[in-house]
Amino acid sequence: MAPAARRAPATSLESLLAAKEIVICCGSGGVGKTTTAAAAAAMAAARLGGKVLVITVDPARRLANALGLERFGNVETQVPPEAFAAAGVEPRGELWAAMLDTKQSWDELVRAHAPDAATRDAILANPLYVNITGRFVQSHDYIAMERLYEIHASGRYDLIVVDTPPTRNAIDFLEAPDRMADFFSSRLLRWLTVPARSRVFTIASRPFYTAADRILGSQFLQDIAEFFLLFQTMYDGFVDRAKAVTRTLSDKRTTFVVVSTLEAAPVREAEFFIEALRDRRFPLGAVVLNKVLPSWFEDRKATTVARRLCADAKDLAAAVPVEADDAAVARVLGEVGESFLNFRVVATREAEQRAELAAGADVVATVPYADHDITDLAGLLELGASLWR
Amino acid sequence: MPSGLLDRRLLFVTGKGGVGKTAIAAALGQLAASQGTRTLLCEVDAKGNLAGAFETGPTAFKEREIAPGLWAMSMDTEASLKEYLSLHLKVPLLSRLGPLARTFDFVANAAPGVKEILVVGKLCYEVRERHYDLVVVDAPASGHIVGQLAAPQAMRDLVQVGKVRDQTSWMLDILADPTQTGVVVVATPEEMPVTETLELTARLHDETVVDVAAVVVNRVLPELFTRSEEEVFRALRQPGPEAALAAAVGGPVGLVFDGAELAVKLRRTRAEHLATLREGLPPGVELLYVPELFQRTHGVRATRQIAESLGAELGF
Repeated sequence: MAPAARRAPATSLESLLAAKEIVICCGSGGVGKTTTAAAAAAMAAARLGGKVLVITVDPARRLANALGLERFGNVETQVPPEAFAAAGVEPRGELWAAMLDTKQSWDELVRAHAPDAATRDAILANPLYVNITGRFVQSHDYIAMERLYEIHASGRYDLIVVDTPPTRNAIDFLEAPDRMADFFSSRLLRWLTVPARSRVFTIASRPFYTAADRILGSQFLQDIAEFFLLFQTMYDGFVDRAKAVTRTLSDKRTTFVVVSTLEAAPVREAEFFIEALRDRRFPLGAVVLNKVLPSWFEDRKATTVARRLCADAKDLAAAVPVEADDAAVARVLGEVGESFLNFRVVATREAEQRAELAAGADVVATVPYADHDITDLAGLLELGASLWR
Repeated sequence: MPSGLLDRRLLFVTGKGGVGKTAIAAALGQLAASQGTRTLLCEVDAKGNLAGAFETGPTAFKEREIAPGLWAMSMDTEASLKEYLSLHLKVPLLSRLGPLARTFDFVANAAPGVKEILVVGKLCYEVRERHYDLVVVDAPASGHIVGQLAAPQAMRDLVQVGKVRDQTSWMLDILADPTQTGVVVVATPEEMPVTETLELTARLHDETVVDVAAVVVNRVLPELFTRSEEEVFRALRQPGPEAALAAAVGGPVGLVFDGAELAVKLRRTRAEHLATLREGLPPGVELLYVPELFQRTHGVRATRQIAESLGAELGF
């Protein structure tokens, strides 16, 4: 047994990040996944040291600015040490950032695997290829994992934190490498490319082509056939790669961090995701809960006070020495009580959701509701510090 | 004068994940049905959230009347393909195609965009056949809606001849007509949803033929105090009055005041994001507000409350 397996599970995000090489942040959209990934990476660079890379899918411009970058593209860019200095932190390591540009990443992949220049150019110019890579969303999932694999295998970084693309279905990207391998090894695909190769229609395939022809038109079929014929030249490289990518995901050095808020829909998705990880034996390292209301909204004494403020606002107003008419004071007291009770309902609901989500993870980090947006590295590190505990 | 939003025939409701897209779609459907509009609600992602909004059993591809004048279905691309094939190719041929699943696998994977077109196609078909007065779609989230709505054009660019090309033409006619089709973008008054909404409306305009009809801002926090009330609140927070109040009420009031302070701060931050949204939207896009529901976030009661707020906003 490997020594790592015998060690006790990590008890904080800090120990988790210290022990892993790849951290994959996942969860539904709008829960602060990108910011969490960036904050975790910034903390790792600042406190743990080494070379840390954060790969994000579509960072808000403000996040790029927060990292001290004008913008960042497919190319890995170092966050300037001055940004750390401005935050009053002397980092032990380096922080790098890169964005996922689907189209560009596909092009690079084709360049790497095409057997010769002619095939490469033909693929890059094929209308189907342009569409698959540019317009259609499923290709993001695969390329995100592929890029992660490539960077990890290069050994350029000690730790890579990935912000996963917003998928239609949170587990899509976990299956993307497998699906890609299946796709390229499917018999149907080979069958489909036969006519373009030999122009001989077998008896068995004729009805199929007749139907396909009527629906799609023969030119389109020819485009498809050509596309796959070209792509098949890269078949071995692709399937091997897809398998290697899958292996990386279940590797001991990889961990998954599920990010969520405590609202109903994201929680449901997070639960679904945790289950999917378990089914596939992918390691769930931590659950990060964002925008959590302070727990004192559940304070019993405060709740009693709030109820009384609502019920007896008039009488209480008369008892308080402020320079305003009693009616106005009563209104304010009523509003204050009412608002507290409203937020209490939300906080109670959140606490329940939190307990459910926490049951599945060794590490649960909670980030309080911030009333300001993160605009600089100091803000990211501050957020990171609350994750670290 | 009531807004014309529900006079359209096909509404795609989208938005960043987690903003309450399904709840708004459900409420729009319920509101329309309550106005006597025969309405079909269609969930595209089929996560079962739509059924949750009405606390009804799971929806299927075959629509089901879940309330008077309101039908619900969930999209299933394979079933949509089956329906398409049986409508256009006549049934006998189907059996010769072999297992449909395999054919579907081919169509969906080999020809990207086919899945999208089967979704949009089915929806446009319901509109064209006038089975309903209005089709409200709980559409994919903002990351995917552009690809979905752009699929018919993409398809038309790719396919030069054949049935699919003919099909895309009438779909595009429906999609491109702002009196018939519109997108409703749902947002919350927070930074990322607002940014994404502005980016999405721009992309929809640039990359698709579909009109952005409205932006619904969900979970707008109530204004706690007027300006003069806020002064009273400040005065109450002074040590003297706070102690007097605590004595009168028989318990500590600090946390309750902190709670109000947090509520005011949250509201203020959100108001700034709302202003950004208002300024950034192109003219002609309706802006509708739905208040934060503290008690419930989903279910029949929440759906009804949201429908009522939307109704008031639309002038019913």
